[in-house]
Amino acid sequence: MSNIHSAIETETQELQLTEIEQGIKIIPGVNALIAAFDKIVNWSRYSSLWPMTFGLACCGIEMMTTGSSHYDLDRFGIIFRGSPRQADCLIIAGTVTKKMAPIVRRVYDQMPEPRYVIAMGSCACTGNIYDTYSTVLGVDKFLPVDVFIPGCPPRPEAFMHGLIKLQEKIASENFKWSKWR
Amino acid sequence: MNPLSIAQTIQDKFPKEVKEIVEFRKQVSVIIQRDRAKEILAFLYFNKDFNFDYLVDLCGVDYMGQKKPRFEVVYNLFSMKHRHFFRVRVEVDEDTQDAPDNLSVDTVTDIWRGADWHERECFDLFGIRFKGHPDLRRILMPEDWEGYPLRKDYPLKSDLGDMEWQEYKDLIEFSEKAKQYEVR
Ligand code: SF4
Repeated sequence: MSNIHSAIETETQELQLTEIEQGIKIIPGVNALIAAFDKIVNWSRYSSLWPMTFGLACCGIEMMTTGSSHYDLDRFGIIFRGSPRQADCLIIAGTVTKKMAPIVRRVYDQMPEPRYVIAMGSCACTGNIYDTYSTVLGVDKFLPVDVFIPGCPPRPEAFMHGLIKLQEKIASENFKWSKWR
Repeated sequence: MNPLSIAQTIQDKFPKEVKEIVEFRKQVSVIIQRDRAKEILAFLYFNKDFNFDYLVDLCGVDYMGQKKPRFEVVYNLFSMKHRHFFRVRVEVDEDTQDAPDNLSVDTVTDIWRGADWHERECFDLFGIRFKGHPDLRRILMPEDWEGYPLRKDYPLKSDLGDMEWQEYKDLIEFSEKAKQYEVR
């Protein structure tokens, strides 16, 4: 990538390239960006992460708090969606019962790719103390989970940390835009 | 009215059915036999001095290994007019070969309409059947669930082994298969 940059820089000596994000440069005056395609795709993806809300128990309340103006998720580009068709990531906040599990899976299957899953709270991670007939011991039994956020419930800071970790994960992806993966 | 005197009145009126009057920390309850339970409850509802017009709760208890008639159905009653509480416990035994209809009580939905869902819950979790109930289906567990989870002989842990709900088993199997299509 630096080769491309230096090639362009040598040809257009007088142009000053401004780096607006690591690895993404802008050519002033001509409205053009120079970057690896991965970078651009990942950048747009993690900057507008729209989660599907799935508040199932007490953790859902904490998720709503994090979305409120005091903690303000909008500043990360995270805006809750009510429909799986518009969502990029599924936040499972709360205890997943066996009766609910097929429905959680169906919502996940309805989401367009790329899609991510966040297991929020001890219940969604491990089942917490509810090792009983009705509870699923961790959503990773039936879903591929990207980020686990422990806590009962996790504080908004911890939840936001988990979301930022997911953004970091998306930023480090390679080649997740091609048809021929 | 003093709960002890309510219990006394019931005992005087139904001497054969009342098995015991229990008092524990000023809470009084009567243990009655199943067969005329509904009659006694209707008496508590319609009698002007008692007037128990509110069924606070109806629940089941499993006394496995502690008591002989294994189950109990507990009626918590309250009177809006007189503001007194009372508790009635009806003993129900397990089904056996010679008495296949043991584990059942007469419904009280025609006395207190609110008993409908309480009885369904009791049926769902203990398997106690309520005779004459208008719509006795499971209320909390999935309809094709096997077993009655609040019984003492039900597995305690999440892993139910062979008794696992079929749809959940299918889901686990499906997600194993779906793994190969995930983009990771
Ligand atoms: S982890 Fe704690 S707060 Fe979250 S759903 Fe479970 S019990 Fe509730």
